[in-house]
Amino acid sequence: MKPNGNDPLVMIDNDRHLFKVSRNNFTDPDVFVKERERIFSTCWLYLGHESELKKPGDFVTRVVGGRSILFNKDRQGNIRALFNSCPHRGSQVCRERKGNAKSFQCFYHGWVFGQDGALRNQPGEESYGHDFKNDPDSNMRQVPRLESYRGLYFLCYDPEAIPLVDYLGNAKEYLDVIFDQSVDGMEVIGGTQEYAMNANWKLLVENSIDGYHATSTHATYLDYLKSMEGGLTNVALSGVGKDLGNGHGVIEYSAPWGRPAGQWVSLWGDEGKKEIDALNARNEKLYGKEKADRIAYKNRNLLIFPNLIINDIMSLTIRTFFPQSPNLLHVNAWAAGPQEESAAARKFRLSNFLEFLGPGGFATPDDVEALEHCQLGYRNSQEVRWNDISKGMGLEQPAMDDEEQMRAFWREWSRRLTGPEQIQGERT
Amino acid sequence: MNVATEKGSDAGTLTRSEVEDFLYAEAELLDEWRLPEWLDLFTDDATYQIPPTDIPADASPDNNLFYIADDRYRLGERVKRLMKRTAHAEYPHSKTRHQVSNVRILSQDDGQVEVACNFLTYRTKDDFSNIFFGKLLYGLEVSDGKIRIRSKRVVLDTNGLRNQGRISIIL
Repeated sequence: MKPNGNDPLVMIDNDRHLFKVSRNNFTDPDVFVKERERIFSTCWLYLGHESELKKPGDFVTRVVGGRSILFNKDRQGNIRALFNSCPHRGSQVCRERKGNAKSFQCFYHGWVFGQDGALRNQPGEESYGHDFKNDPDSNMRQVPRLESYRGLYFLCYDPEAIPLVDYLGNAKEYLDVIFDQSVDGMEVIGGTQEYAMNANWKLLVENSIDGYHATSTHATYLDYLKSMEGGLTNVALSGVGKDLGNGHGVIEYSAPWGRPAGQWVSLWGDEGKKEIDALNARNEKLYGKEKADRIAYKNRNLLIFPNLIINDIMSLTIRTFFPQSPNLLHVNAWAAGPQEESAAARKFRLSNFLEFLGPGGFATPDDVEALEHCQLGYRNSQEVRWNDISKGMGLEQPAMDDEEQMRAFWREWSRRLTGPEQIQGERT
Repeated sequence: MNVATEKGSDAGTLTRSEVEDFLYAEAELLDEWRLPEWLDLFTDDATYQIPPTDIPADASPDNNLFYIADDRYRLGERVKRLMKRTAHAEYPHSKTRHQVSNVRILSQDDGQVEVACNFLTYRTKDDFSNIFFGKLLYGLEVSDGKIRIRSKRVVLDTNGLRNQGRISIIL
């Protein structure tokens, strides 16, 4: 028996404090097609950080929302996003991952484009009509919308989309707290972790903002921290989970690990302490004690709907991921830090990152294992149909190990897939 | 392990076949999941590094994000972790087969031996198999008739880990 076509995607029962998500959402090819149309073609999607394009002419090629994009900076310093397809026959014009270029030449027939994507010349120009070059269709096409916030560049394939700042909404304030760690500006650090999971992309959304799984999934990481001399301070893991609206969600909490943003651990030594103290004193002067303490001592796992994670934890990571099919996702993850950071602090930041995060860390591989086994478990979703996301429902302030921040995602996801006039299964 | 790590010929210099015997023995320890014994091959100040594939192969982990950049302490912790049932990514253990070839001694001076080789490592977990391949750069140290690893750098020839997903085994 196939799941009933009339089954809702998400089933909410506010009286019984139940929030159920259909497992069909993780396997159904029709859902995957709808997501491309209603999420990845209409939402603001993270493209890259301004620090990846330092000099005029710098470029990066990247696949975003299933499209091949050329992200570059022109001679005048304008940052652009072009569809990386030749207007002539469609070949990818730029075939390098990154570099610096004054112009881009498609190797197929030799058409040459400027940094703004405008056709400069093509072999046999005389065989074309006299105004061929003035036709916008002769140029590489720009993405319809490209906007930035705090150096984070987002694109959107929907020309009618609301402005990025409105889309970010309440998440902006969290981005501010994270990016105010630096006075000179944050930068993406060299080296990209590019990996994959045999799992639906929404499993990684949930997992990236899940405060509930740490003790069981990450037992070995916690063992490691406990056994390391000076690796932890005497701070409890505790905090809140929030729905920020527009599908964005966050958990904000204290934790015992060292934070290069301001929570010193004895492993970093006296020199490290001086540096962290100076950083916190500077922030207090700039922002006042309350915000400076929040920057220093609070961790944040922030989801920008649909697929950008900024985790300001024992290190700072920017992570984005895209579905390749219902059961395969590709991840790109970067480390970021203040430009003015000392060499020693940068080293601690990166060391902290690798202990926990990434495909070679002491924690992420266990997350991957968990998500892949969820996907395998969904073989049974015709019979065992619902995921439970109810933890903390009905509480005035759900905790960081509740699931309110995930419900935020699912409410928006469901709204976008089924349309505002027919949120299915909402029973109160 | 004594056979492989003990130096037979002239003190302070290694032949290629001695290096090969050592690398084959290392591969066997990894494939048999005898990781604590494998760890004993490393010097106290050893490093084990895997850079990402979009930066130069000789980049430093002090100012670049790597996949793995272990000092000897963290390498020991990695081994401890991998031997636990709660290292979920490797429980049950993957089946692996580490292949080493094209072994070359790049230089040797005063017991410090720089070695390069190619590698091909197969991994099977659950019903899936995948392949890691590239170049290994070793800094070996010969002292008291024993060979030890001072540094091991794994330079992957893939673009990222799209097929492998993660590096939860030792390469």
